[in-house]
Amino acid sequence: MTRFWKANAVSLLALAIGAGAALAECKVEGAGNVAILSNDFEALRIVNTAAAECASDTVKVSSNATTEHKNIQGPALTANPAEYTVAVVANNSIVPLLNDGLIRPLDDLVAKYGQDLQPNQLIKIDGKVMAIAFLGNGQHLFYRKDILEKAGLEVPKSYEDMVAAAKVIKEKGLMEHPLAASDKPGWDLAAEFVNRFLGTGADLFKEGSAELNIDSDQGRLVLANMREMTAYMSPDYLNFDANEISKVWDANQTAMMVQWGSLAGAAVDPAKANPDVAANTAFAGAPTIGGGTIPGAALWWDGFAIAKNISDEDAAVSFQAMVHGISPAVVAEHSAVATWLVKGFQPGPTAEGVIANATGGAKAYPMQPYMGLLHTALSTELADFIAGKEEADQALKDVAAAYGAAAKEGGFIK
Amino acid sequence: MPHRTFMAFIFPSILAMVLFITLPIFSVIVQSVFVEHEAVLIAVENCTPFGCSDQTTVDTEAMAELRAEKPLGQFAGLSNYLNRNHLAIGEVGEIFRTAPGFVAALGQLMNLPFYRALAFTLTYTFIVTPFAMALGFAIALAVNTLPRMARGPAIFASILPMIITPLVGSLILAWMFHPAGILGAGLQTLTGDPGLSLKTSAVLSWIVLLVYGIWTNAPFSFVVFYAGLQTVPQDTVESARIDGANRWEVTRFVIMPHLGPLATFVALVQLMDNFRVFEPVVGFSSEATATSLSWLVYNDLVSQDAQQFGSASATSVITIIGVIVLLLPVLVRTWREFNSKAV
Repeated sequence: MTRFWKANAVSLLALAIGAGAALAECKVEGAGNVAILSNDFEALRIVNTAAAECASDTVKVSSNATTEHKNIQGPALTANPAEYTVAVVANNSIVPLLNDGLIRPLDDLVAKYGQDLQPNQLIKIDGKVMAIAFLGNGQHLFYRKDILEKAGLEVPKSYEDMVAAAKVIKEKGLMEHPLAASDKPGWDLAAEFVNRFLGTGADLFKEGSAELNIDSDQGRLVLANMREMTAYMSPDYLNFDANEISKVWDANQTAMMVQWGSLAGAAVDPAKANPDVAANTAFAGAPTIGGGTIPGAALWWDGFAIAKNISDEDAAVSFQAMVHGISPAVVAEHSAVATWLVKGFQPGPTAEGVIANATGGAKAYPMQPYMGLLHTALSTELADFIAGKEEADQALKDVAAAYGAAAKEGGFIK
Repeated sequence: MPHRTFMAFIFPSILAMVLFITLPIFSVIVQSVFVEHEAVLIAVENCTPFGCSDQTTVDTEAMAELRAEKPLGQFAGLSNYLNRNHLAIGEVGEIFRTAPGFVAALGQLMNLPFYRALAFTLTYTFIVTPFAMALGFAIALAVNTLPRMARGPAIFASILPMIITPLVGSLILAWMFHPAGILGAGLQTLTGDPGLSLKTSAVLSWIVLLVYGIWTNAPFSFVVFYAGLQTVPQDTVESARIDGANRWEVTRFVIMPHLGPLATFVALVQLMDNFRVFEPVVGFSSEATATSLSWLVYNDLVSQDAQQFGSASATSVITIIGVIVLLLPVLVRTWREFNSKAV
């Protein structure tokens, strides 16, 4: 993967230079090593490629974009010196790094090299800048204009509306399986639960403690909706993760889904997507739930953090390269790809959904140190429920028990 | 061979075993009786692009001190083994006290992650091992009757399932059973049930996993039995034929007894391997319907934000104990045979 990606990055870079399109020149003070570990999607690949422009005789730049980044980052940054100088993280993946103290405060670097950064890009924990955000992301509604029009329906505002609309579409024979959701047991399934639960306005944990708070009316409401929606999905919905429902969408087999904003660009790109579907695909904020007003989807940011176990020179060089990678010039060239949080970003139609979530008051994905344990408990224990083999009460009880055992082992509850 | 020479020859191998097998197992056992330090939590102000809020976070300095003092964590005795994610002693007792009947109790037991994994692991071990051995033996007999020219290609074709990386093999089969794949779509047409899918039907996914297991394990038995067949004394076979034994009788009374010790060896290796079944669970992504003990270990270590070493170690130790229990009858038999020969 690494080598493949490096080769790619180099060739892309060569192309860019060859075409005379290397916009802003990268000027880096000092010498050192930049090694980036990131997730693998288009916007991050763009940033990595731009950061690679900073390579020179004295500065070495390499990057590894992989969906396995979360499993790699802990061990890689624990090593001294760390294997990567930069970890590209999100709300959830920064937590284990914070818990183990593997990333360094960036205040002095921001003061020295961060003129282009906006104040809201700084992720501050206890007053210290620990990461620089550059992307906003989140799941929001994708819908088919043509299908809703033919069925004489409004754009659904809530998860309940989605079910009602699906019923009409199915009855009118417009589509057999109007809904899709990433219900595959595992990370995706748990995210479906967390999204809706945050939309109810309730907290996942009892205030100020690691005790769970989901065995409630809100929890049951969320599960009931998740099950109701499966009635209008392809019977194969247990195979559906985020990438899979994108394919189902592209194959003209579904009309409404709550999907990642970072995949919106690809869904309407006539070069990559089915042109008939792409022309009729539109976006809106995430639906609400249970008559509430909060969009039922977590807000996410993606940003970069600098490893603690590296030399100060490497840290300074890495910071500068990353700041170049997310510079306004780079973003301006790729504005349609994602919802950038960078100065001068002009949001296009593909950023509509994420911005609607943020302005609608959606909650950020929780950063509590024990949130990962809950997410894992949800991802295994909701499998029976979503497959229809278990009732909501039992599912909530199982989640509580699995989380309880893990949290006890993790030292979060006695 | 003098004992000294023997020791000199075997010493490097013993050293390697101690370093790379015994010590790691010992460290796993130690780790399994520890849990993380109690987290020192503090409330701090978090600011993100979406606003500021008070959030709990771990006090890394305090934790670093705790860890420097006791790097292993808190001693927890057997609690990792007994909690709900493992043997679940409390929950199991509760189930048998309150469940209306034995079948209901079993159903509730399958709701606990460890027992659910154990059930599949044992089923897989005890179904795949004999069937794969029988299939391998049958293929070996068949290949052995082929003319010499045809044997090479036949052997190659027969051991293909073993050559293919298990993960790739299971992925290929999983895709074929996808509702849009050839076997999945075929099954739906045959049964007339458009909702039939590998993911939703536990029975179907167990059957497919077992069939996959037999397919991928048969070549090992085949290779060993085929080699064994080359050593069958032809005199005995011929005299049996002269005595009027038919093909089946020759196989039953000459070949099978001759291959007996080999069968013990194959059973030993296969039981051990199958008890640690892992790749098909990931390849078929059958986590919802079938999990295994090894998958539990993987899940503790990989799909968490924080790795749970204690929990993973406890499951590993239980797996090792399981393997020992499985192998005990075979080992005892071998030991007895060895002793009787010595006398």
